[in-house]
Amino acid sequence: MSSYTELEAQELREDGGPPPGGPARVRGRSPFQLAWARFRRDRLAVASLGVLALIVLFAVLAPLWARWTGHPYDATFPKTGLDPDGQPRGPSGEFWLGADQLGRDVLVRAAYGARISLVVGILAALLASVVGTLVGVLSGYVGGALDTLLARLMDMTLALPYLLVAILLATTFQISSVGASLTMTILVIAFFSFAAFGRIIRGQVLSLKQKEFVEAARSLGASNTRIMLVDVLPNLVAQVTVLTSLLIPTSIVFEATLSFLGVGVRLPMPSWGSMLGEGSDVFQTAWWLLAVPGVLLLLTTLSFNLLGDGIRDALDPRGDRSGGRR
Amino acid sequence: MSARRIEGEGEVLVSVEGVYKHFPIRQGIVFKKEVGRVHAVDGVDLRVRRGETLGIVGESGCGKSTLARCITGLHPVTSGRILFEGTDITGLPKSGLKAFRRDVQMIFQDPYGSLNPRRRVGSIIGDPFAVHATAAGAERKRRVQELMELVGLNPEHYNRFPAEFSGGQRQRIGVARALALRPKLIVCDEPVSALDVSIQAQVVNLLKDLQDEFGLTYVFIAHDLSLVRYVSDRVAVMYLGKVAEAAAVEDVYVRPRHPYTAALLSAASVSDPDAAERAERIVLTGDVPSPIQPPPGCRFHPRCPKAAGRCVEEDPPLIRRDGDAPGHVTACHFPVEPGESLAGREASIAQVSTQPDLPEVEQ
Amino acid sequence: MTRFVIRRLLYAVVVLWLVSTLVFVFLHISPVPVERVIGGPRATTDTLEQIRRNLGLDEPVLVQYWEFLKRLLRGDLGASYINGTPVATLIADRLPTTVWLVVGAGILWFVGGVVTGVLSATRARSVADRAATVFVLIGLSTPPFVMALVLLYLFATRLGEAGFRFFEAGPPLQEHFLQRMILPWIALAFLMIAAYTRLTRGAMLDVLGEDYVRTARAKGLSRRRVVYRHGLRAALTPVVTQFGIDLGALIGSTIVTEKVFGLQGVGQLVYQSIALGDTPVIIGVTLVVTLFVIVANLLVDVGYSFLDPRVRLS
Repeated sequence: MSSYTELEAQELREDGGPPPGGPARVRGRSPFQLAWARFRRDRLAVASLGVLALIVLFAVLAPLWARWTGHPYDATFPKTGLDPDGQPRGPSGEFWLGADQLGRDVLVRAAYGARISLVVGILAALLASVVGTLVGVLSGYVGGALDTLLARLMDMTLALPYLLVAILLATTFQISSVGASLTMTILVIAFFSFAAFGRIIRGQVLSLKQKEFVEAARSLGASNTRIMLVDVLPNLVAQVTVLTSLLIPTSIVFEATLSFLGVGVRLPMPSWGSMLGEGSDVFQTAWWLLAVPGVLLLLTTLSFNLLGDGIRDALDPRGDRSGGRR
Repeated sequence: MSARRIEGEGEVLVSVEGVYKHFPIRQGIVFKKEVGRVHAVDGVDLRVRRGETLGIVGESGCGKSTLARCITGLHPVTSGRILFEGTDITGLPKSGLKAFRRDVQMIFQDPYGSLNPRRRVGSIIGDPFAVHATAAGAERKRRVQELMELVGLNPEHYNRFPAEFSGGQRQRIGVARALALRPKLIVCDEPVSALDVSIQAQVVNLLKDLQDEFGLTYVFIAHDLSLVRYVSDRVAVMYLGKVAEAAAVEDVYVRPRHPYTAALLSAASVSDPDAAERAERIVLTGDVPSPIQPPPGCRFHPRCPKAAGRCVEEDPPLIRRDGDAPGHVTACHFPVEPGESLAGREASIAQVSTQPDLPEVEQ
Repeated sequence: MTRFVIRRLLYAVVVLWLVSTLVFVFLHISPVPVERVIGGPRATTDTLEQIRRNLGLDEPVLVQYWEFLKRLLRGDLGASYINGTPVATLIADRLPTTVWLVVGAGILWFVGGVVTGVLSATRARSVADRAATVFVLIGLSTPPFVMALVLLYLFATRLGEAGFRFFEAGPPLQEHFLQRMILPWIALAFLMIAAYTRLTRGAMLDVLGEDYVRTARAKGLSRRRVVYRHGLRAALTPVVTQFGIDLGALIGSTIVTEKVFGLQGVGQLVYQSIALGDTPVIIGVTLVVTLFVIVANLLVDVGYSFLDPRVRLS
């Protein structure tokens, strides 16, 4: 068995020690630094981040647009906004993006609608991801009866016709205030999104649980809580980030659909969905009532989708960006 | 390297007594009822003495990794006792278990899976100090860097991630983590089988050096026979959840008594080509049977070239056989005699292939 | 196998029961007084009391719940608050339109998605593949109701009279069936075509990377034969599974399309009931659609377990 000793001397030279060429880097680049470096090279993702920044700016400055134009979002201007036949006037110096069927400023309303879309989309996605992660981790890590219960709960939520249940909720509770309807919309969207989220996280946790580093932590005497927080959760961050970023556009579309049907965010607070819904009766003659909220909605969801894809590629460089089964 | 320790010497550190570990297989619509069990560990008795290395060999699926996880308390045993320094650890309350876990550490097989990819090396090696709250802050960092130096890692790499290290370096990280609390026993579960052969030597030698320096006790699990011979003082051969043969290392390698041991040794690669030419391969019939329904009697009888009627009915006890050195125990009714050749021998009973979906072996 | 089907059936029944219980709870804790919806704003106290008694609202909750479940088991979904028509009749009248809408859109999206996906996968990184990728991105970002509005605008507004012929509301479904259904089908299928292109492309690329496909190529089989004989068959399994699930779920999503195109289907029924506060109709549709979804999932699961025995074990 002398071969072992001979090899040892040789291998000690190769193994350990600073890498040849250049001084040793003392601090390693964290997975997130690496991901950020990859993300920056993804032009499409960076561009969509820029578009989203503009949309956020547009939304944040909504009161400013209202002050500049002198058109509060819920004020009607029948004299300047409508022509003598009562038809809305198109884009002009007075109404940059035209007026709607009641003579309200489409630009100002679209800016307030952007607020609703972004707030609902982001909050609902965050809520769903927090609940989904919690349920997924508990279900996957604790296992047993709790897992059976939570997994079945998630299956059932996924079997519910979400749009109908949302409508049912809205009609049985007849919420009329803007604030309450906003809260309910967020809760409904989060409720119907957490299950798909939780299921993926659960699968992830089940495979992480098999990893030897979890066993290693257990053999060190680490408590279950510590293992979940220190060993399991950090390994879910990439997946959770990607899923959340892809959940935002879904939530925005969900909100727009509910508002389009009149069961989302209540009037007079404008939302892109309700603008499309109200305008759908007259846009044969007033295209801007379709184009403005429609293009904004499309641009926002497209940018979020591209951003999500970019984040996924950056965090998981081996993944196939078009792979559907994941 | 450390002097060979002779059987019968030294204080018993771990005593495994009649340990069974079965994994239930459940099925059912509402109430899951047990439809079968995997007999992973099926009645094992072993002793590990302080300061020695006990090697455990066997094919994959023979239960050696499960046994390792029972000894470290990762798996609760189905029945039996495991005494560590005289205390039964199978029924320990939470607080006692935590203290036990300071004394027993494990080194894992997979240098990639056993280190959390999202944590820095310093945090991984410092984990034992954090869990047991023995050192914090600058003190923890100092001790982690000492450990890194001890196992041959550059202490400046404290802030790196596991992905930035090679397989051998990663296994050194695992060794450092296991060493952190100065344990009395380290269970090494195939610690080098995932590494390149050239790197294996370094890690094994590191483990031996550390044993000499700190008086560690090892349970060393592997399927590489020559590696086990190199590191172990005593060896136990496992087959289908049971110990087939156990003895001081040279006894097993020079004078194997169990036909299974003999077959394993004859199949092992021999570095000397002349010896390889002389050696006769003992070819076993069939495959390892399913541990869900292990064969009755001696577990090895469906594949054993010496099997006879008695082997089907009676499970041979693990005892010292005639003419063997003290501490050499074999579970076989018809142990291999010195000079006896098993190659080409056929059993005196009909043997059914245990490979699923295959016709009977033609006799 | 039988055990598996029984388990799935039991599960389906439990889901249905839970959904109906959920619906009952909604109704019970609703702050809207039902008698006021039925009786109208000018109803006297006596009338309101009478309505409550007729509906059994004066009974204890558990009795009401029990009656509710018994009626459901008989297939009685209650009556509309507005005109007293049994909900089951209302739904039965409207269901064919919705089923035609979903089936047509389903065929369109399955064929469209699979064909685009396969072409995209077999010509990976070509111009056609890139075009398909752009289409997928836009498709997945377009809410169905926006697509419906765009189509309506393009065809109805731009084409004038000729466009309007496509979807006059009112006449029976059989008249100008294709002209009236084609736009709703496209609107409903657009997003799904994109999703299925992505799904098929991914599955196809996975399969084409498998060893046995490479072996088939190495054996000397033609590329065509390998792609369509070996690749497509294996790649389609997950796609078909997803199709079954989506088809059931889509019945609940036709509301928007039916509203935009004025189709008198179940979705339109729901939309009209929202404004009227006609809760029994919405409940009825919800329960019927849930039934559809569950049956679709059940069929997919059982069918899939015939194809892939591993599923039965889990």
